Amino acid sequence: MTVATPVSEQSSEVAAGPSLLHRILVRPEVGAALGALLVFVFFSVITERFLSPMGIANWLDDASTLGIMAVAVALLMIGGEFDLSAGVMTASTALVTALLAVHAGWNVWAALLVSLLLALAVGAFNGWLVMRTGMPSFIVTLGTFLALQGLNLGITRLVTGTVQVAGIRSAPGYESAGSVFASTLKIGGTSVQASVIWWIVLTAIASFVLTRTKFGNWIFAVGGSLPSARAVGVPADRTKIILFMTTAFAGWVVGSCMILRFTSVQANQGIGLELHYIIAAVVGGCLLTGGFGSAVGAAIGALIFGMARQGIVFARWDSDWFMLFLGVLLLAAVLVNNRFQKRAERVRR
Amino acid sequence: MSIQRVRRLVPWIAAAAVLAACSGPGSDEPAKTESPGGQGKLESVAVVTHGSAGDAFWNVVKNGAEQAGKDLDVRVDYNSSGDPGQQAKLIDNAVAQGVGGLVVSMANPDALRSSIEKAVAAGIPVITINSGENDSAKYGAVTHVGQSETLAGTNAGKRLADAGKKKLLCVIHEAGNIGANQRCDGATKAFGNGSTLQVDINNPTDAQARIKGAVEADRSIDAVLTLNSQVAARAVDAVKEASSAATIATFDLNSDVVEAIKAGKLLFAVDQQQYEQGYLPVVLLKLYQTNRNTLGGGAPVQTGPAFVDKNNVEAVAALVSRGTR
Repeated sequence: MTVATPVSEQSSEVAAGPSLLHRILVRPEVGAALGALLVFVFFSVITERFLSPMGIANWLDDASTLGIMAVAVALLMIGGEFDLSAGVMTASTALVTALLAVHAGWNVWAALLVSLLLALAVGAFNGWLVMRTGMPSFIVTLGTFLALQGLNLGITRLVTGTVQVAGIRSAPGYESAGSVFASTLKIGGTSVQASVIWWIVLTAIASFVLTRTKFGNWIFAVGGSLPSARAVGVPADRTKIILFMTTAFAGWVVGSCMILRFTSVQANQGIGLELHYIIAAVVGGCLLTGGFGSAVGAAIGALIFGMARQGIVFARWDSDWFMLFLGVLLLAAVLVNNRFQKRAERVRR
Repeated sequence: MSIQRVRRLVPWIAAAAVLAACSGPGSDEPAKTESPGGQGKLESVAVVTHGSAGDAFWNVVKNGAEQAGKDLDVRVDYNSSGDPGQQAKLIDNAVAQGVGGLVVSMANPDALRSSIEKAVAAGIPVITINSGENDSAKYGAVTHVGQSETLAGTNAGKRLADAGKKKLLCVIHEAGNIGANQRCDGATKAFGNGSTLQVDINNPTDAQARIKGAVEADRSIDAVLTLNSQVAARAVDAVKEASSAATIATFDLNSDVVEAIKAGKLLFAVDQQQYEQGYLPVVLLKLYQTNRNTLGGGAPVQTGPAFVDKNNVEAVAALVSRGTR
């Protein structure tokens, strides 16, 4: 934890901005919020059950695990890097937890701790290798992605003889661990998944760190211009390594939510999701080039994704066209977003 | 730790306390809000499978379900996702919509458990199809319509052994599919001497190259068993390129497989008649909702294995191109 500094880059700029309207418009997440509102209203109008308590719980659930990852990925992207191993990481951590708890007979909490340590180690390795070699993180984490994918399948088949690990429900410590990661909360007659709470809490923490701490300034600095950041004494290596460890941590949270909720995990889970995280972060106002974006924006990006994905099903459209609908909706949300982002960029850069 | 830091932590501790106060893991408590469809009538059925979009096999299942919907005047909505978590959410979605009946394929039964139980508790009759036979009744499903994978694999292995083959290569095309593993396990056990090869169904070039490599590396392989019709065509080409004399057999049909059987390049195809897995559940749900009928006391309804070989391939050829076999 770094010491909080009340005067961040943003607030000093905000103070310079003249009107309230202008101050709102330069926020990176405003466009995303408008996009989300558009998608929300659209499906609320054209479908019956989208706005019912069960319907809301359904799309929040879908958005939550994506959102947990998208927020961490957004921090990393603001810091100027990508993590392609993030999707597979959710399966790796779940598999390690499940294998230790089911096949080695460990307490679930101990298994969770070990999978957390492994995740953080992989994250640190990613960060260290990127900083050490100067290679693009796109390449480094692509390597980790492939390696983890192979390990997931290879080890699972080696230990279990099949491609799924199931049966964690009867492992010691399942009840208490499960209540943290996979319980449901009754709100107004419908049950909300624990992952939704995790999503909100982690978004709040990420947002706080990004906008109110010195570390947050370092993230913007290393993503904006690495040489200048180094020149003014920002510990760039440490910052980036911590960011890679943050996405790995988020992968562990999502992996833990999945294994404890679904009580089984299959070896090929999570492949391809890394792109969804990046899309959510971009829809939420992060720049692919780094140095700009927000955690709340990424969370809203995930919300758009979740609402669109479940809304299409609520609308009962033919699933053959599902990806087309999703693509068009996302493009529409991005276009709305883009108008506002352009304004914001002009002010920022 | 300073006072301010502690104070900053308070909301999170409070959030943790809220979490601790709620119900247990995976125990999605069913909301008994709406009674779907109304008894004595079946208006809509949601079919939620684990097939990926554009998969030829699942297309036939979809065709079957949609045809049954037309024939019986029931609205059928088909959705699918290969990711178990996503599939669970699609089931939750159908429950939230208050559908009259639910058809689910269970490639990963554990992951779908709480969602299916929630549907059952909400009064929605569930029929499982394709995979998940062992857990179907446990989760409260009315019945299961499918093919026992191990049995189908065993029969395929036996037939290859009866054809005088000595060494088997079983090709798995989906890493996370438990049914595929059961087929290969059954086949290799019944056959006696076999190994498995992992390929990616989304990358046909790579699949063909890997099968070719495998039969080139071990010339004693004289039987190749694929679990999918698209992979079967790749195996036929691979074996030809490698100038191997291996005999090929497959699971599932498509036009290529039919042609190859006609041409004697494929020994047989194990057909689980998945059209029935789409069509029958809608019929069964209709009978259940309107007449409280069940079939065979809820025992699994076997749609396969049927075998298509040189003797009967002509009869099914036209049906394959129509998308119903």
